[in-house]
Amino acid sequence: MDGEDGAPKSLMEEMYANGIEGVDDAPSSSTSTTIRKNRPIISGEQLDIEAYAALYSGRTKIMRLIFLADHCDNSGMQLEALRMAYDELKKGENTQLFREVVQKIDGRLGPNYSTDATWCAMVDRKANQRKDKLESELNAYRTNLIKESIRMGYNDFGDFYYAHGALGDAFKSYVRTRDYCTTSKHIIQMCLSAILVSIEMGQFAHVTSYVSKAEQTPEALDPPSIAKLRCAAGLAHLEAKKYKLAARKFLEVGPELGNSYSEVIAPQDVATYGGLCALASFDRTELKNKVIDNINFRNFLELVPEVRELINDFYSSHYASCLEYLGNLKSNLMLDIHIHDHVETLYDQIRSKALIQYTHPFVSVDMRMMADAFKTSVAGLEKELESLITDNQIQARIDSHNKILYARHADQRNATFQRVLQTGNEFDWDVRAMLLRANLLKHEYNLRASRKI
Amino acid sequence: MNLVEGLLTQIQGLSSTASDVLSLQNVLKQADESLHAESTRLLPFLDQLDPSKHSLGYLYFLEACTAGPVTTESASSFVLVIARFISSCVAEQIRLAPDKFISVCKRFKDQVLLLEEPLRGVAPMLTAVRKLQSSTEHLTTLHPEFLLLCLLAKCYKTGLSILEEDIFEVDQPRDLYLYCYYGGMICIGQKCFRKALELLHNVVTAPMSTINAIAVEAYKKYILVSLIHHGQLSTSLPKYASGVAQRNLKSLCLSYIELANSYNNGKIADLETYVQANMEKFGSDNNLGLVKQVVSSIYKRNIQRLTQTYLTLSLQDIANTVQLNSPKEAEMHVLQMIQDGEIYATINQKDGMVRFLEDPELYKTCEMIEHIDLSIQRLMTLSKKLTVMDELISCDPLYLGKAGRERQRFDFDDFDSVPQRFNI
Repeated sequence: MDGEDGAPKSLMEEMYANGIEGVDDAPSSSTSTTIRKNRPIISGEQLDIEAYAALYSGRTKIMRLIFLADHCDNSGMQLEALRMAYDELKKGENTQLFREVVQKIDGRLGPNYSTDATWCAMVDRKANQRKDKLESELNAYRTNLIKESIRMGYNDFGDFYYAHGALGDAFKSYVRTRDYCTTSKHIIQMCLSAILVSIEMGQFAHVTSYVSKAEQTPEALDPPSIAKLRCAAGLAHLEAKKYKLAARKFLEVGPELGNSYSEVIAPQDVATYGGLCALASFDRTELKNKVIDNINFRNFLELVPEVRELINDFYSSHYASCLEYLGNLKSNLMLDIHIHDHVETLYDQIRSKALIQYTHPFVSVDMRMMADAFKTSVAGLEKELESLITDNQIQARIDSHNKILYARHADQRNATFQRVLQTGNEFDWDVRAMLLRANLLKHEYNLRASRKI
Repeated sequence: MNLVEGLLTQIQGLSSTASDVLSLQNVLKQADESLHAESTRLLPFLDQLDPSKHSLGYLYFLEACTAGPVTTESASSFVLVIARFISSCVAEQIRLAPDKFISVCKRFKDQVLLLEEPLRGVAPMLTAVRKLQSSTEHLTTLHPEFLLLCLLAKCYKTGLSILEEDIFEVDQPRDLYLYCYYGGMICIGQKCFRKALELLHNVVTAPMSTINAIAVEAYKKYILVSLIHHGQLSTSLPKYASGVAQRNLKSLCLSYIELANSYNNGKIADLETYVQANMEKFGSDNNLGLVKQVVSSIYKRNIQRLTQTYLTLSLQDIANTVQLNSPKEAEMHVLQMIQDGEIYATINQKDGMVRFLEDPELYKTCEMIEHIDLSIQRLMTLSKKLTVMDELISCDPLYLGKAGRERQRFDFDDFDSVPQRFNI
């Protein structure tokens, strides 16, 4: 008897303990030093700014670096980010942003990184010249009424404004090209430009509308563009807090994306956003079908192995390690411009789902073991369970004396009887009140009628 | 004098058969004015009439006697006379002159109140009500008077017996409002909050063309009782409430609506501070007792919510969650609720634990089956009544005329095929 207990006991212990030994799966601490290029950038350790910034190009690189600088506590990282932003801005033409970054640096990086007034003046002068040139060209084209040239003119205007940071004007110029688009390729180009500017401006309503517009001409879309559009749509849904839709969009992004959309999003981001949103909003079957068995998405997940690990842990009920990965990732996720204000909500949702999934197969659960599995105290766990029960997401009752959670299934028969009697009473009340009111109305009507006579 | 004596003989002569009584009534109607002229000297003549045989005549005389202003000396003598009359009069004769009877009873009520002995008036008024109403579903003007006396005399049980009957016919809307309002107050006094809610709801949603003070006061009490009984207040009046009520009632009872909002937030401290702040206002409306009950009901509500989530809970935890001061207080509250039948639980004093039980009703007993059977029968009679009324209205020429005229305003399906021009 005792001998037999040996083997099953350890199995049961493993089942209840839920992956406490999973802590040994160390995050990629050993591997981060090897290959820098496509190794975990969003990982559990401190963010490697150079590698992070290398993923992006264009304006978003600068915006991300500025965001990083504003939100991280480490002054070393801050200065590093600002320095890179400065260098990047010097290569461009956006003097407004340049002045902002210089203000933020505040002279801490030495004389090389201070206001370069001559450079600003030169860039502004060149900008004015270019603007005049563009205007005159555009007017010429407009008088000639050559559609293609007018379209190119407005496009150039859009590019010019975008490079100089006048996003509103850039958007307007791009949208103006719409009247002069002749082929579907032109429309796609216009939509993509409009989407890019809208994302930078943070107006995601436009993003959604232009994505749907672009998708209406499927014949001209090549796979990278389709992937780009899906990413943009996913971002829009994410901002609108529609996590399920965002997850679905991100999961549909094909591997053709590669690095082609680096002005907006990196493949690592696709994996992270998609993975987290899916975990927070999908049910178990959908999670298995669309995420774990999804071959295309697997390529993305390879880029962020921590997210891959935590999804697998969640699916196989190793909640402790899953929540630990999440905790590690949190600090870096808070530095990302798109997801930082959704991190809390997503984490709460994932935690609730974990709690619900844990209690689902059992008739009774020992709250002490559950608290260990979730790395929290029994009192804290009791509070969390109480709120879930009150929201009717778990059907159970807590035995606070013995600290056990009992599943409770409503007694249908009693509930039906109660409802029937209650409905009878309500009917009784309503009909009597109605008859009384009808009588009053009749009386009043008769009164009025008799008065008229 | 001769007139009076002549009348006396006629009354004595013509009170035997129904046809005689009718002719007597005509005579009396004509003589009414002269009777009123002699009002101060009629009292001794009453002895010559027997109230049980000559009810109609007695009534006319009595009405003329009491027509003048009420004074304390006359009050006590009149009270005796009227009480004796009410108990011995004949119902059919009384119903021939209902307004006279009503005014006599009203005078009676005034006198009883003047003597500050409302209890003396309760039983006679009850008999009066029973004799005046043509059926138990009929509401007379005397009903609210009776309830008022019950309230002032604090004998609520007698009032409740009248309230048990359903009312379907009403003479005057004002009677209904007063009846339901007083009835609501009596039920609150007896702690039958469900019935009180029903009655007050009837006042608040009754058809009315202008807002009246009774409805406003009733709405204030309605809010409070709704909080006590249901723990929440529906924010809008149902669609069938009159437009006037829907527009104006809320703005006239603002502090009560604020109270309801503060209750819904669940923070006991906020609720109590709000009540303290508006103490005089509630007091001036005579609602202070109810407000105090509202505050104590919030504890009950919170404890009841706990039964949904916990199987056992320590008294200390209950005290903390419900914001009571000590486990002893929590124990008192839980004990009270168990005794009132509001929750099912057992208290284990040794461990300081409360174990919440399921509702032990299994719906298997004979009594339950009987109860369900009776309910079904009651509802079937009610449905029949509803169908009968529906048929009556659809044959009513006034209704048909209006429906025919307004046909184009409504959907075709709303009205069964009524021709457009329907003239009778």
